[in-house]
Amino acid sequence: MVSEQLVDLSRLQFAATALYHFLFVPLTIGMVWLLVIMESVYVMTANPLYKDMTRFWGKLFGINFALGVTTGITLEFQFGTNWAYYSHYVGDIFGAPLAIEGLMAFFLESTMIGLFFFGWDRLARKEHLLVTILMAVGTNLSALWILIANGWMQNPVGAEFSYVTMRMEMTDFWAVVFNPDAQAKFVHTVSAGYVTGAMFVLSISSWYLLRGRDVEFAKRSFGIAAAFGFASVCSVIVLGDESGYTVGEAQQTKLAAMEAMWETEPAPASFNLVAIPNEAEMKNDFAIEIPWVMGLIGTRSLDRQIPGIKEIKARNRERIVSGMKAVTALDALRANPADATARQTFEQHKADLGFGLLLKKYVNRLDDVTPAIIDKAVGDTVPRVAPMFWSFRLMVALGFAMLLLFGLALWHSVKGDFASRRGLLRAALYCLPMPWIACEVGWFVAEYGRQPWTIYGVLPTHLSVSTLSVESLYGSLAGFVGFYTVLLIVEMFLMIKFARQGPGSLGTGRYAHEAHA
Amino acid sequence: MDGHDMGVGTLLPFVGRNDTERRVVINTVGPHWDGNQVWFITAGGAIFAAWPLVYATAFSGLYWAMLAVLWALFFRPVGFDYRSKIHDPRWRSTWDWGLFVGGAVPPLIFGVAFGNLFQGVPFSFDDHLVSTYSGSFWALLNPFALLAGVVSSAMITFHGAIYLAHRTQGEIQWRALRAAGFFGGLTILSFAAAGLWLWLAIPGYVIQSAVDGAALPNPLGKTVIREAGAWFANYRAHPATAALPLAGTGGVLAAQVLARHGRTLAAFWASALAIAGIIGTAGAALFPFVMPSSLAPNASLTVWDSVSSQLTLNIMLWATLIFMPLIVLYTSWAYRVMGGKVTPAYVRENSHSAY
Ligand code: HDD
Ligand code: HEM
Ligand code: HEM
Repeated sequence: MVSEQLVDLSRLQFAATALYHFLFVPLTIGMVWLLVIMESVYVMTANPLYKDMTRFWGKLFGINFALGVTTGITLEFQFGTNWAYYSHYVGDIFGAPLAIEGLMAFFLESTMIGLFFFGWDRLARKEHLLVTILMAVGTNLSALWILIANGWMQNPVGAEFSYVTMRMEMTDFWAVVFNPDAQAKFVHTVSAGYVTGAMFVLSISSWYLLRGRDVEFAKRSFGIAAAFGFASVCSVIVLGDESGYTVGEAQQTKLAAMEAMWETEPAPASFNLVAIPNEAEMKNDFAIEIPWVMGLIGTRSLDRQIPGIKEIKARNRERIVSGMKAVTALDALRANPADATARQTFEQHKADLGFGLLLKKYVNRLDDVTPAIIDKAVGDTVPRVAPMFWSFRLMVALGFAMLLLFGLALWHSVKGDFASRRGLLRAALYCLPMPWIACEVGWFVAEYGRQPWTIYGVLPTHLSVSTLSVESLYGSLAGFVGFYTVLLIVEMFLMIKFARQGPGSLGTGRYAHEAHA
Repeated sequence: MDGHDMGVGTLLPFVGRNDTERRVVINTVGPHWDGNQVWFITAGGAIFAAWPLVYATAFSGLYWAMLAVLWALFFRPVGFDYRSKIHDPRWRSTWDWGLFVGGAVPPLIFGVAFGNLFQGVPFSFDDHLVSTYSGSFWALLNPFALLAGVVSSAMITFHGAIYLAHRTQGEIQWRALRAAGFFGGLTILSFAAAGLWLWLAIPGYVIQSAVDGAALPNPLGKTVIREAGAWFANYRAHPATAALPLAGTGGVLAAQVLARHGRTLAAFWASALAIAGIIGTAGAALFPFVMPSSLAPNASLTVWDSVSSQLTLNIMLWATLIFMPLIVLYTSWAYRVMGGKVTPAYVRENSHSAY
């Protein structure tokens, strides 16, 4: 058995480094399209103000990008260093999108970003715009491939287990690529990035306007951000609903936990707007319900039922019992591949192999399993409800708050009076952290909600780790915390310095706070 | 591909004596280092996709070595991008040393890791293929491995020096050429010494059971023994492979001569050939082993028994065939756009946009 402490530390390290990576990712994904828009206007109108906008926001983009790259490499290393068994077990499927991401996306984005910063004087205007567009395409393709990989962890299609090689093997590449989970994730996550980029430009422009400096520059940036942000926030909400629907299809457990649905209700189920989940007694101590809504969101129908947590647990118990037979037969096959009865039993119960493996958290040999241990394993199959329930609601609330903000911003920028609406500008400034919080919470819902699995229904988290010592993990965790804290301080320092200095940092002589030297 | 900018990073504090000179050095790789680094990342991704078990066993077994590489790499994106954004000598020189670490540490550690592969690495599998590693980080730092580290560092630094000679002029170019002289010599000497040591003192690994390249990959289904001189078996069996070490040493010598006669671009390609030759030499000696196990030789990983499924390999092949030409195309376009010598005057004119 793998020590529980090792598993927890590995999870903590992965979660911390992934969430940290995702502080920088959404801004890159969103800003890059804003740069494309600004530069296109420049190429069409030849107004140098738009060139300055592209270059100034591009500078902030670059500061962010550097940390996006730094922290991304960590994640790629970690699959090998900390999730060795996982890498072996699913590398046949999981490795391919990762490698394709490198070939198709990282090369494009990183080569073009060099030209974006250094090519202003060496490329014709249209060529430079092309570079910017290719950089944007590269960035978004990178999100596509990594989310295909991640979507497969949520809904492992197009693959089968082989007892000879002791791993999952790909059977259908296109099923992996067109996995509905991956597609829903891609559009929702990328739109979340667009919202983040728009909020960043909107907030900082509002700050210039509040201070009454670089007004022309800030007004135009504000207008672009408001329009782009409004479109993005609409799409994030619509596509978030789509994510909810695909979750309902593939991962009923996650949906039930997100919604604190303990019982299976007659269709169409009602929606718990607010509730106080009680884990011990498996009920809600208090709930405000809206009839019918859950059934509509989860199944897009009036007659299909959504299973509650109690029913899911009962089903999982059966799958665990069946999975035990699969594991025992697998052991027999590993010892003697010619054992025909074992092969037959294995084929019969193969679909529940992952559920049988859940028991290995408590026993080395399945002969030692007692009913109490099965109870524990059944209990593990559903993540804790309260964190899921509340973090999901926080994401949705932030989504609607931003909808309101971008709606007002767009309305007033169409009317043309936003620059004098100090209340709106101040609201835009204070809302700056919102998209980051929503993104981090969104990942929490998606990943914590998948527990106890790394590959849903296939590979339990506690088996996925590398056999490292707990001391090694304390050491590396301390190293990451140290490095990442310093990097974040340096990044914030530069970001704030250049944001304060504003477009004057370009040294063109047209703005407040000109750079010297 | 990522070699020369790591070499440039290593040389940075020594070849550039003042801030402007250092900015010249940095800007020779400034627009390209990120694209180049992707070769490195994609190589990792390709191993993951094609030999998942090697990726898993090597990265987790060599945990601290890998983390050292990773943490050294941290300094590069940040160093390049942030260094010249603040006018403070202490800030800048801190990042210069950061770039030095980011350039010097990874090749050193990869060399050391290669050195350990030749001696076998202490790992084993249980019957569900869970790997366990039972060595310590310090055991990796044995004398032969350190020598292999020197080979790798010297060769990468040499490559960087030749690249700098190509992209700079005057004083800086002269210092780069001097560095190339030193590191070129060191490469050849240490490479020869490592070969001799391997010949005399390090037993190789041999597969005794029959190998069926078409069987489903199973790393536990073979018998492996250790035998003196076995690392040279491939060279004895296929004398043509001797071209690899010859390309390694010949490339270094040719690069030296060409660079001294001002043919710096040809010199750059010669030193790239040298790197391919030296890595190829090690690879040909190890083949078909990728990661021999000193603890349980039968569990040693070879190119066949840790490989992905046929379907995944086909997909990877197609992806490479489609995207590699495109990558080469736009990378060379990027170099052409940014080509020419980087001079102090260029850095001064672009002081708000250059690195
Ligand atoms: C939805 C988007 C997304 C997600 C979920 C991830 N990344 Fe990421 N990653 C990006 C979107 C992105 C990006 C937008 O392409 C980055 C971020 C900022 C940047 O500069 O490029 C990037 C950079 C980046 C890099 C550096 C590339 C370079 O040198 O240019 C690597 C190696 C990774 N990532 C690897 C990962 C891994 C292994 C992840 C999963 C565990 C991961 N990323 C999650
Ligand atoms: C950058 C965006 C991502 C964020 C913010 C994120 C977030 C998280 C979080 C919060 C956890 C911890 C769950 C827990 O401990 O309960 C986690 C675990 C994990 N995630 Fe993600 N994740 C991201 C992307 C990915 C991707 C793209 C993959 C795979 C391609 C992935 C694979 C994993 C693995 C292997 C674990 C560890 C095992 C586990 O605890 O489930 N993550 N991630
Ligand atoms: C009404 C609004 C929203 C709804 C209904 C919604 C729905 C969802 C659902 C169901 C998931 C889980 C998907 C899974 O587990 O596979 C999710 C994840 C996520 N959400 Fe939202 N969301 C909303 C708003 C937002 C906003 C405003 C942001 C950020 C700006 C955001 C960012 C994310 C991210 C980054 C993830 C993780 C990636 C993923 O799994 O797709 N969401 N969202």
